[in-house]
Amino acid sequence: MKVRIRHQRREVELSGVRTVRELLDRLQLNPETVLVVRGTELLTRDARVADEDEIEIRPVVSGG
Amino acid sequence: MRCAKCKGTAQVEVRRHHTAFCGPHFLEWFEAQVDRAVRRERMFTPRDRVLVAVSGGKDSLVLWDVLLRLGYRASGLHLNLGIGAYSQESQEKCEAFARDRGAELLVVDIPAEYGVGVEGLAQLTGRVACSACGLSKRYLFNRVALDRGFSVVATAHNLDDEAAVLLGNLIAGNVDALVRQAPVLESTHPGLVKKVKPLYRIAERETAAYAVLRGIDYVLDECPNSVGARSLLLKEALNLLERDAPGTKQNLYWNFLEKIRPLLRETSPGPALRSCAHCGQPTTGEVCAFCRMTERVTHSLRVRTAAPGDLAPEPVGALGALPGGPSGEEGRAPRPSRRNSWGSLVNPSSDRR
Repeated sequence: MKVRIRHQRREVELSGVRTVRELLDRLQLNPETVLVVRGTELLTRDARVADEDEIEIRPVVSGG
Repeated sequence: MRCAKCKGTAQVEVRRHHTAFCGPHFLEWFEAQVDRAVRRERMFTPRDRVLVAVSGGKDSLVLWDVLLRLGYRASGLHLNLGIGAYSQESQEKCEAFARDRGAELLVVDIPAEYGVGVEGLAQLTGRVACSACGLSKRYLFNRVALDRGFSVVATAHNLDDEAAVLLGNLIAGNVDALVRQAPVLESTHPGLVKKVKPLYRIAERETAAYAVLRGIDYVLDECPNSVGARSLLLKEALNLLERDAPGTKQNLYWNFLEKIRPLLRETSPGPALRSCAHCGQPTTGEVCAFCRMTERVTHSLRVRTAAPGDLAPEPVGALGALPGGPSGEEGRAPRPSRRNSWGSLVNPSSDRR
């Protein structure tokens, strides 16, 4: 699975991740602070993901 | 996870309400939440002209989008802060948004108007950048709204913003700021336009979801000056609580509004306002903080740019007297190159009226 983490400006390759919850745990990201996007679809924490997916992680926190 | 309305696949979970929605039903729920806030708090009516402060970020463009969809008369006001490529991209996003929807966008270019951007204003006056930026925004939103006949200014502060500000004010024991923290600030002076926050019931994650589902193109990068900002630290702390105790931010802010703020208002009536001796805008002192800041910049730039023997270079950043306000002649010369009217602040190329 290719994961693009927008706010960290990096991409990672992961395999064997089954759900969004697992993905965020693996990346140590707080689900309250990001959106998980696959194509044009937003994924909830229990959504299933597969190794062939391309996922974008978008930050939701802005400040200053 | 299933949509609470249609049982289709959910796209957005709203944990604080123990619910989730598919894309279309989330958009419907979101817009209803905003409309409910506007009506319940009597922010404005469809007859009012609303000036929406738009930065190019997700929250402000989402607010503008929702208000237009709900049928409100909403125009945008963008301040170009003069922060390099970030400001350029921010303005472009606002212009593209307005163009796509045929909406009116007003633009104030701070470097063009005052000679320097907000970072320069801060540097020349010994402020931090965010302080000069916040002061400029508060002043200019109010001033443009007054000049252009808007009855209300709407900002896109969301539930997370308000909860973080509240936590910061509680930590600092800032009672005056706590009294002023509310979704509606009525006009208490003829020169002060009513301020409202229609997104105060909406979490930041929900505005981001709305932007993605509606395909709103917004600036993803943060302002470079916000790196390490205290507000982000407070939000991080609240999001840790929210992760394990959904509803924490909502309970914190809503309980404050319903139970604590009314008690504070009884003991703190708020400051008496009068008109700034230079610009006529509301202030607690003789001269408002914005005029004091821009006058210090003018002085600094005179020192920096004066040629030998030239004792009176053209001031940069002085706006001079404003129509309807007291004379601005005392100690400050209006710039001959600019019209001394409030309208001169607004970039005519972006003014669609």
